[in-house]
Amino acid sequence: MGKNSLHVLKGINFTVSEGEMVSIMGSSGSGKSTLLNILGILDEADEGAYNLDGTLIKNLNERVAARYRNKFLGFIFQSFNLINYKSALDNVSMPLYYQGVKRNIRNEKAMHYLEKVGLADWASHLPNELSGGQKQRVAIARALASDPKVLLADEPTGALDTKTSYEVMELIQGINDEGKTILIVTHEDDIAHMTKRIVNLKDGLIIDDSTVKQVRAKSAANV
Amino acid sequence: MSKLFSRDSWSEIIEALSSNWFRTVMTAFGVLWGIFILVILLAAGNGLENGIKQGFSGMATNSMFMWSQTASQPYKGLPKGRRYNFKTDDVAAIKQNVPGLRFVSPRNQLGGFRGSNNVVRGLQTGAFNVYGDYPEIIEQQPMDITSGRFINYSDINEKRKVAIIGSGVVSTLYDPGEEVIGSYIKINGVNFMVIGTYKKTGQNGDPEEMQKEIYVPFTSFSQAFNMADIVGWMAITAKDGFSITELKQQVFDEIKTRHSIHPDDDRAIGNFDLYQEFSKINGLFTALNFVAFFVGILVLLSGVIGISNIMLIVVKERTKEIGIRRALGATPWEIRSQILLESVFLTIISGMAGIIFATLILAAVNYQLSTMDTSEMMFINPSVNIGVVVIALLILIVSGLLAGLIPAQNAIKIKPVEALRTE
Repeated sequence: MGKNSLHVLKGINFTVSEGEMVSIMGSSGSGKSTLLNILGILDEADEGAYNLDGTLIKNLNERVAARYRNKFLGFIFQSFNLINYKSALDNVSMPLYYQGVKRNIRNEKAMHYLEKVGLADWASHLPNELSGGQKQRVAIARALASDPKVLLADEPTGALDTKTSYEVMELIQGINDEGKTILIVTHEDDIAHMTKRIVNLKDGLIIDDSTVKQVRAKSAANV
Repeated sequence: MSKLFSRDSWSEIIEALSSNWFRTVMTAFGVLWGIFILVILLAAGNGLENGIKQGFSGMATNSMFMWSQTASQPYKGLPKGRRYNFKTDDVAAIKQNVPGLRFVSPRNQLGGFRGSNNVVRGLQTGAFNVYGDYPEIIEQQPMDITSGRFINYSDINEKRKVAIIGSGVVSTLYDPGEEVIGSYIKINGVNFMVIGTYKKTGQNGDPEEMQKEIYVPFTSFSQAFNMADIVGWMAITAKDGFSITELKQQVFDEIKTRHSIHPDDDRAIGNFDLYQEFSKINGLFTALNFVAFFVGILVLLSGVIGISNIMLIVVKERTKEIGIRRALGATPWEIRSQILLESVFLTIISGMAGIIFATLILAAVNYQLSTMDTSEMMFINPSVNIGVVVIALLILIVSGLLAGLIPAQNAIKIKPVEALRTE
């Protein structure tokens, strides 16, 4: 953090309603990651207001911010960000651990989400024993574990090949079908078109915000 | 606080520490070594102390010896340079007028270092110290009665001519295997019946000379050797809770008034304060203990600094992990307490290992010592008491917390965004 502040976002105004699946696109440096960090309460905007589920997110101390992150948000990262020395199951149950859920209930829930992403058989494996796609699926299960309102995905397919990308997207679409709000940052067009709405950023401003016809990942994979 | 006892936070800690075994062990070694040195130093100091104090074993250390010298100042028309003697009446007067005294034993002596032969038995002769004593003296200057008995008050009251002789006397005057008890020896021409033998232990004085002493009742001594009511010197012991060093001035004042000595004439009465000497030795060991603590804690400190260093590196390495945890909803306090617990846990475990290691070494040394005769040794039973171990543990917990404090603070200073950005 230098002394010279850089204004990345210069006026963003948009609303995402419950159950939406939005992709944020833009070239590198357009401010899409910064936007996502603000939405994820990892960073705070200098100006403006951010309402999450009717709560104004402003000037939170770290303790409250951590609680909100835990309660409202699930994160999916490009580099998966699993904890290396913990098994897939323990990784998934981590948000529940910070919620103070008891161990056996926690493991039960985590197992449920691992089943959901099709990795129940890999529960006891360490992340480095899993493939990239599997890791991302564990990360998705982890993001879902605390049953958040919103799922934030930062280039979820950035480190995956096309086939695996589509598999992951198929999973994410399935989660959206169940009613979860999902925001995806990506610069890949095909991935963006698998969402229902595309927000285009350029130099910190929204240049385009349009609803698109969702391409199902399953059918795309078969092309 | 509930986190302290939850299985989850402990398994978190174990997982984190065991993810790099070698480093954990190496770090732990610093503290292990520190506490090991601390315990061993304290134990060695203790062993030395035990050894030295064995020399005083059983001796009433709260004692002084007092003898008459010549008056150095004229007083009440009496000239300076006047000689005087303590009298048996003085003993009763001191007992009566100075509270807090346990024993006041008048003593007389015959013979002395390299004196001429004064004891005869048949054809054998020898030069020995002969003391006229009261039964209490055995409490003040302990000896082992190896056969027979020591002087008692019947001997004193009836002025019996009986004697207790040392093993050195026995070997000079008797043939091996000869019956000692009930035989007679002639001291300066007066026959005394031997009723007991003794052996003295301890390192004070000449161990051989100590066995060459003969004890007879004070009253018989006075009568047999024409001492009248003269008292050669006195051995005075204070009661527990009183200090002879504080009481002795009252004793001197009593003597001065009874013998018309100038109140400021300190040279008229000679004395040897055993308690003062003992206090000096005690002071020495206090200093020794202090040095042991000082050195031990400094060594421990360097170990703790090692832990702190490693924890800093651990935090640096786990920046990303900490970022992930915080993104998943860990509060700063949860992160901080985890780092602190890891540090304290590591410190305590390695400290305990150090204590156990040191205890094993001490047990081995003690076992070796137990197979030897320690009565003449300067080093006995090196040990630390449980209180010291508890103190060491407290120091460990505190230092573990201190070691973790800076790294933990560093860990929560990193913002989650930055932590996640680190690739």
